[in-house]
Amino acid sequence: MRLELRGITKRFGSLIANDQISLTVEPGQIHSLLGENGAGKSTLMNVLFGLLSPDEGEILIDGVATPISDSGDAVRRGIGMVHQHFMLVPVFSVTENVVLGFEPTKSFNRIDYNAATEDIRRLSRQFNLEVDPDAIIENLPVGTQQRVEIIKALSHDAELLILDEPTAVLTPQEIDALMEVMRSLASAGKSILFITHKLKEVKAIADVITVIRHGRVVGTAEPTASESELATLMVGREVKLTVEKSPYNPGDEVLHIRDLVVLDDRGLVAVNGVSLAVRASEVLALAGVQGNGQTELVEALVGMRPVLSGTITLHGRDITHLTPRKALDAGVGHIPEDRHRDGLILSMSVADNLVLNTPRRAPFASHGTRNLAAVAENAVRLVKEFDIRTTSIEAPTSSLSGGNQQKVIVARELSRSLEFLVASQPTRGLDVGSIEYVHRQIVEHRNKGNGSLIVSSELDEVLALGDQIAVMFEGKISGIVDSSASRESIGLLMAGHTIEATSV
Amino acid sequence: MSDIVPAPRSSLWVRYTSSSPIVVTIYALILGLVVGALIITTTTPAVLDAWRGLFGSWNGLPHALNVSFNNVGAGYREMFTGSVVDPQGFWHSLVTGKGWPNTLTPLSETLTYATPLVIVSIGVGIAFQTGLFNIGANGQGVIGGIAGVAVGSMLHMPTIIHLPLTLVAGIAGGMLCGALPGVLKAYTGAHEVIVTLMFNYVTYAFLLFMVLSTPFQQPGQSNDLSRTMDPTAVLPPLFGTKSGLRVGYGVFVAALVVLFAWWLLNRSSLGFDFRVTGANPSAARASGINARKVIVVAFLISGGLAGLAGIVQVASTTHYVDGTFLIGNAGIGFTAITVALLGRNRPMGIVWAALLFAALGVGGRNMQSTTGIPLDLATVIQSAIVLFVATPVLVKEIFRLRNVSTVGLQISTTGWGS
Repeated sequence: MRLELRGITKRFGSLIANDQISLTVEPGQIHSLLGENGAGKSTLMNVLFGLLSPDEGEILIDGVATPISDSGDAVRRGIGMVHQHFMLVPVFSVTENVVLGFEPTKSFNRIDYNAATEDIRRLSRQFNLEVDPDAIIENLPVGTQQRVEIIKALSHDAELLILDEPTAVLTPQEIDALMEVMRSLASAGKSILFITHKLKEVKAIADVITVIRHGRVVGTAEPTASESELATLMVGREVKLTVEKSPYNPGDEVLHIRDLVVLDDRGLVAVNGVSLAVRASEVLALAGVQGNGQTELVEALVGMRPVLSGTITLHGRDITHLTPRKALDAGVGHIPEDRHRDGLILSMSVADNLVLNTPRRAPFASHGTRNLAAVAENAVRLVKEFDIRTTSIEAPTSSLSGGNQQKVIVARELSRSLEFLVASQPTRGLDVGSIEYVHRQIVEHRNKGNGSLIVSSELDEVLALGDQIAVMFEGKISGIVDSSASRESIGLLMAGHTIEATSV
Repeated sequence: MSDIVPAPRSSLWVRYTSSSPIVVTIYALILGLVVGALIITTTTPAVLDAWRGLFGSWNGLPHALNVSFNNVGAGYREMFTGSVVDPQGFWHSLVTGKGWPNTLTPLSETLTYATPLVIVSIGVGIAFQTGLFNIGANGQGVIGGIAGVAVGSMLHMPTIIHLPLTLVAGIAGGMLCGALPGVLKAYTGAHEVIVTLMFNYVTYAFLLFMVLSTPFQQPGQSNDLSRTMDPTAVLPPLFGTKSGLRVGYGVFVAALVVLFAWWLLNRSSLGFDFRVTGANPSAARASGINARKVIVVAFLISGGLAGLAGIVQVASTTHYVDGTFLIGNAGIGFTAITVALLGRNRPMGIVWAALLFAALGVGGRNMQSTTGIPLDLATVIQSAIVLFVATPVLVKEIFRLRNVSTVGLQISTTGWGS
């Protein structure tokens, strides 16, 4: 399918989300739409998929102007969309999810599961999309769930696939697999519109790159363009993709974890005898595919998850079985993995969120009464110091962009006097500018002589921040390497190859 | 990143056509009255007769419309004069200086009914803000009433000690009754909706047991009636017994509760913990808040206020409890749930909502006795208002309100999950 967008404009009140956007996707082409969060990518895709109607402009399919009234219309015209947050029913099987909404029927209106299953098998074979049609969605890894979404789109004879930030939730291996699938789809003549803000992926897969910023197309680029060129185009200013660190010169041991065992929510062993040490002026980056026990390890460190056995000491003091309150008071800073769930109260003001875990500490309260003047003063100072973009300190945190929300958390944690910082996926979902900022803050914290543990499933981040890199696999540390290690060797450790012995 | 759009200057027009929570609430009120008017039109026999006369010809249309308007007008007029003030009587009193007690009776009745309702609704609102559904406020009020009447009728001492002790007994009774579901939820995960709902039945049974057993039962009585409180334990009328106005010192108790709740929710560290827990329990835990403590303390406060409401109601009106105390239409603990939601769980919002509900109830009674329109209409209007408040999208659509923000409208409670 040849898709052309001509002068698409979409306004929300006085905000122009899309301003005269034009682009063309040729058949068999992988077209990347690159832009920061809030640049208007998702709005454009919603227009294309019929979820929003454009104020101006038209959509041409194979040269014919085609208004798209709703998502069903889009599907009928051969447009398939794989959303960032999957639209699957977790308790249904793969087959049930694929037919959902367009069920093939036999006599008496019975759903023809056999035909559907056959269809899924055929598509899996054709495009290397391995998936068991009878599996239940919630039991499948995220990468496989995404394949189900792709199969679902293909089963409706999609000729153009929109992939909205498809790699955000995937492991490096799953990303590689997805790219394979995308290539095979393109070679079969399908057009792909690939939305992302990750430069490496764009360079790896795209045939054409369209960069948008503030709702406008600011340029097109060839995949041969360098990452810093793309970043500059995307952000509108020069961006430093690497963080400058002072020379690695670790001090005394700060945090010591010995033989830690922690269970997950289902009662299975998630952290299986992990031992780690972090020294002053050192960032220990904990790499690993998500779901290998990192989350549980962090939760145990900050007192949110009981420790079954083993010890954690901070400056020689046992902090193994502290409550979250005591862990906070002991000086453990925490940038949580899921900022909306654990880090912020979105309905509350920026000022309140900046004192979320120290509301009773002087000067923010005395004798059980809050000192709102001190809270406001603190907020004004931190908003300035950490460059948090907000309309006011009283604005609800939900009104901030993702990057600024993360800055609120970073400001809150780094402004307390910390003994140790634990940061989990500190830049997930952030745009390039915010990533640069958060990384700089973490490195500054380290340069001041503090110890930090940074958990990340992004190899780039691990390599940019870590002085030492520990890799976690299936609840164990599969190896510790220094920052000069190659991407490949870390990738192997992430896949479970240990340095000393093999384990599965 | 989106550009920051400066907020438009709020002219009067903008303010009344934008969908701020308060504006939506006011329009919901109007819609509730419209629904009430439609029901009067379609259920009053005289009006129906006038419309029936229309069959076959349109000549009777003016008459039918006239009858409809008259009936609706009369109903709402009686509702207003029965709950706020009769303008004619007011003018008369103002000119002659006579008949003030009569003129002020409707307002006094509305305040009398609103006083315990404000207290119990604030208790429910505090629980809501903490993310807890306290459906058992009624039962907690019953226990508060029993405990207060027990202290007020069976102990004898001077007013200065007796009255405060009676109120404290009411609070303690409600706290005890609220603590149980709180502790059960905090330590066993039992869902508070089920536990508090069921506790209501337990408290009714306990009430019946108490009013039929010595020493609580009125001596020499075989009916379900408690002892009468000592004069030293009751909340006297503001203008003396001779005035005939029932509004009593309870309004000061309610005012203190409003002040306390405002401080608790907006200024205290504890209230901050409550709101954080209510808005996001997971982040509350991560930021070091002890969820168990918060649940138990919130239930203690919520139950304590419900208990206080129970004893305030008894101490300002009947001075005894009987087997129907807080049952049926008098179950202010249930009304409190809607009042708290309508008042968006904020102390001052709850005051306005409680006054509105009290006025509709008191005025409805007057309407029933003078026009024959059943009192249930008041309940229908109350329910319609709450329904419209709960569906801001509908209200915005009907009145073509500008979409500024509906964030504030979201009712800050968690559902059956958690």
